[in-house]
Amino acid sequence: MTDVIDQLAGIAPGSPLDAVRARRPQARLHAQASHDSLFNPLSEADVARHERYAIACFVAGLHDRPDILAFYEKGLEDQALTSAIAAAATAARTHGPYGHYPKGPLSAEDRPGPVHRIASPAREALGDRLAAALEHTHMLVFHPRDAAPPHLQALLDVGWSTTGIVVISQLVAFLSYQIRVVAGLSVLRARPT
Amino acid sequence: MSDKIVAVPDHVEPVVFTRDQLDWLPWLEPLAEPDLTARHMAGLVDAARAKSPYFRLLARDPEVLEARTRTDKDIFYNPEAGLPRAERELAAAATSRFNGCIYCASVHARFAATYSKRADDVDRLLAEGVDADLDRRWAAIVAASVALASTPVTFGPEHVDALRQAGLDDASIVDVVNAASFFNWANRLMLSLGEPAATS
Repeated sequence: MTDVIDQLAGIAPGSPLDAVRARRPQARLHAQASHDSLFNPLSEADVARHERYAIACFVAGLHDRPDILAFYEKGLEDQALTSAIAAAATAARTHGPYGHYPKGPLSAEDRPGPVHRIASPAREALGDRLAAALEHTHMLVFHPRDAAPPHLQALLDVGWSTTGIVVISQLVAFLSYQIRVVAGLSVLRARPT
Repeated sequence: MSDKIVAVPDHVEPVVFTRDQLDWLPWLEPLAEPDLTARHMAGLVDAARAKSPYFRLLARDPEVLEARTRTDKDIFYNPEAGLPRAERELAAAATSRFNGCIYCASVHARFAATYSKRADDVDRLLAEGVDADLDRRWAAIVAASVALASTPVTFGPEHVDALRQAGLDDASIVDVVNAASFFNWANRLMLSLGEPAATS
């Protein structure tokens, strides 16, 4: 079985970081199990497989990781959608985390930033349902502390179910983890003692 | 059937970072306790988590919840080698402080303070933020966590060097990477599926 984190971070069997990762065997196994459950789910009733890969491509693009984007694009198998998402991610890229705190002493730390809307022609290529998911994804990636109930209502309004929103949230949150582990391990691998 | 947002009950919203115990109120309907099947219970891992609205909401995708929970437990609780528990919790608290997750920061600041016995340093991180004046080792862990939480990720060789100069071996650096990265997962769920509330 391929371990996606090892593959993307360039960790070869028998290498020093392979041995280090082996000290946390459950974390390694279940990071991969999380990936497998998200991309090969028991049920696609709430979020279809191509929607999961579309969101993953957008997350990788927002993180400006062409290597990880290329990995998820292989799962998308739809050239028009792949191009639309790559263009949408390029247009949406910014620097996070930003956002607002509840009014009070922390308001001094508020850092305003863009609320992203998917523009034409990407919106037409994606459809309202996927466009809404990607707008939510942008918020989760760059300014999660701005999250509020209306963001979830916007997803329900275009037909996502409660379970579907949980899946999308897990997907974006998991990828935020996976991309960072890959980034951290890649830097460490290139910096031997 | 069209799903709905859940209205949260009247509550006091925490407006500062704190080590106090907080509640968490969901914005979407968790599964009801009597409706939990064996598959959901497997996803919850610990039966006691059936009491938590957060975990019953995530139990709507039980396979992902189970895998996530087992990842979490190994990163933070596995005592073999690597970083002491206190500093894994420090990375979690610093990540949560930087991303702005008041709920996650409260839990992991409590753990960091308990395991390190350095409540004053933890409170300074909560009050002043990730630029708070900390000793070299804690400052290196906080700076690495911040670089990992940034989007795009800004973690680079200089962070590895600073961690090594502070005495961390590669197993400990991987623990920092795992713990900080994991809270980029946890913060996004806690922040976007509900909100914290002061305990009554």
